[in-house]
Amino acid sequence: MICLGIEGTAHSIGVGVVENVSGKCKVLSNMIKIYRPKKGGIHPREAANHHALYIADLLKESVSKAQVDFSEVDLISFSKGPGLGPCLRTAATAARALSLSLNRPIIGVNHCVAHLEIGRGTLDDCKDPVLLYTSGANTQVIAFAEGRYRVFGETLDIGIGNCLDKFGRTVGLDFPCGPQIEKLASKGKKYLELPYSIKGMDIAFSGLLTAAEQYYKKNESLEDICYSMQETTFAALTEVTERAMAHTEKDEVLLGGGVASNRRLCDMVQTMAHDRDARFFVPSKDLCIDNGAMIAWLGVLMYNSGIRMKVENSFIDQRFRTDMVDVSWHD
Amino acid sequence: MTKKNIIYRGAEAEICIAKYKGFKAIQKKRIPKSYRIKHIDDRLISLRTKEEAKLITEARQSGVAVPIIYDVDLKNGIITMEYLDGKRIKDVLNDLSEEERDSICTKIGESIARFHNNDIIHGDITTSNMILSNEQVHFIDFGLGEKNNEIEAKGVDLHVLMEAIESTHSQYSSCFDYVLEEYKKVLKDDANLVIKKIQEIVKRGRYR
Ligand SMILES: Nc1ncnc2c1ncn2[C@@H]1O[C@H](COP(=O)(O)OP(=O)(O)O)[C@@H](O)[C@H]1O
Ligand SMILES: [Mg+2]
Repeated sequence: MICLGIEGTAHSIGVGVVENVSGKCKVLSNMIKIYRPKKGGIHPREAANHHALYIADLLKESVSKAQVDFSEVDLISFSKGPGLGPCLRTAATAARALSLSLNRPIIGVNHCVAHLEIGRGTLDDCKDPVLLYTSGANTQVIAFAEGRYRVFGETLDIGIGNCLDKFGRTVGLDFPCGPQIEKLASKGKKYLELPYSIKGMDIAFSGLLTAAEQYYKKNESLEDICYSMQETTFAALTEVTERAMAHTEKDEVLLGGGVASNRRLCDMVQTMAHDRDARFFVPSKDLCIDNGAMIAWLGVLMYNSGIRMKVENSFIDQRFRTDMVDVSWHD
Repeated sequence: MTKKNIIYRGAEAEICIAKYKGFKAIQKKRIPKSYRIKHIDDRLISLRTKEEAKLITEARQSGVAVPIIYDVDLKNGIITMEYLDGKRIKDVLNDLSEEERDSICTKIGESIARFHNNDIIHGDITTSNMILSNEQVHFIDFGLGEKNNEIEAKGVDLHVLMEAIESTHSQYSSCFDYVLEEYKKVLKDDANLVIKKIQEIVKRGRYR
């Protein structure tokens, strides 16, 4: 089965084509276009306009890169949510149009669950992981329990990516700031005390962000501040992930989301996994960030487990919760 | 203390059976984590050990069932406390009758209100951190707690329990309502403000 997936929950519009090869996911193509606001944060309507502008070309490019013909696509999948309304609507509209014109079934999927399933689908031996999903808006610890993917921990205020980006903007770095902060942090030496806030398996960053901005006003070295921010936030993320692993008694950990490309975060989670005899997994970068291939793959899993959706019922859901998905394909 | 008698190895601590002046005791030792820098590791271990011992003692004074603290070793991150002979609520809740479950949840709500009345925030209210012993629900593991009088902190505290019940006792999500029912009765301040806060927190996080 070949499925085309359209991702459009926030600043990225992506189209991916995947094939089900005896239960594993073969990515045939995965094209992504990222909207970068000139200044300030993401504006939903502008992002949606950006997506509308590029979606037609992305569809064509992705299908040709996959070396298939539109007629060979068996299923159309799209990101139903959670995300920004205008962006979701743009992606869903494109999916509906494609489904009707090709006369192929359509299916709407949960974006957060897709981040987990793409790990299970593409990585050998990744079977039942705890996912640490870190992106701009999302920071969640997700694992399978009692028939569903459940959120064991999450941010109580802002996502880790937003925290790094907000700090970056304050000190004049270009968006997205994560990679530059990582570079600066690697040169930092002195640890500056920052709030470390975890509650149960939840986590908060806004106090730390304020404290970091204050260090900057007091002319502390930017390198030291970035170093201290990374060490503190990533240690807290690793800790809540380990707590979820102990709680659910799982011995696999998977990273997902854009912040998973940070070397230091990977190192910390990998060390934690090693120390508790657990296995560590991280998909390739294009499958970590928001992308169409993961949406396509989850579509395949759902369709094959018998789930069907009519075009007239292919709604979006801005607040689509991870634990609302009835996971009938997981054993 | 020998390594042999470890009865539990959690995410952050090891629990051993020990003796303290003839009493059966347990020792909770926080283990250094090699993934984080020493500065953060040292700070967290000593802060949490200190905070946990202090809050358990204060919770007892608020009329909440907790283990007796025998000894605290800040340098090595070890707390020696009373051994509670019983089972974790996590392991029994799903197997109880409806009636027993209500009664346990009522006790949980009462205890939380009591420590909240004294501005004690537990920080990790889950059913793994409650032990049913002598028909009383004992609270343990205050290491992520703090003293805080804000509605926000109390809301976050209860939100942790709500999530724990949803994920670990998903068939019995009404448990949380029973907890809140008793919480409302025992809390001195207006519990509706705290409950409103919980709803606000739910919207903030998971729903973006
Ligand atoms: N005072 C005690 N008496 C008996 N068992 C205990 C006691 N304290 C802890 N335990 C057992 O050890 C486990 C872990 O203890 P806890 O303090 O919650 O540490 P952690 O921070 O690792 O969760 C508990 O779930 C319980 O089974
Ligand atoms: Mg515990």
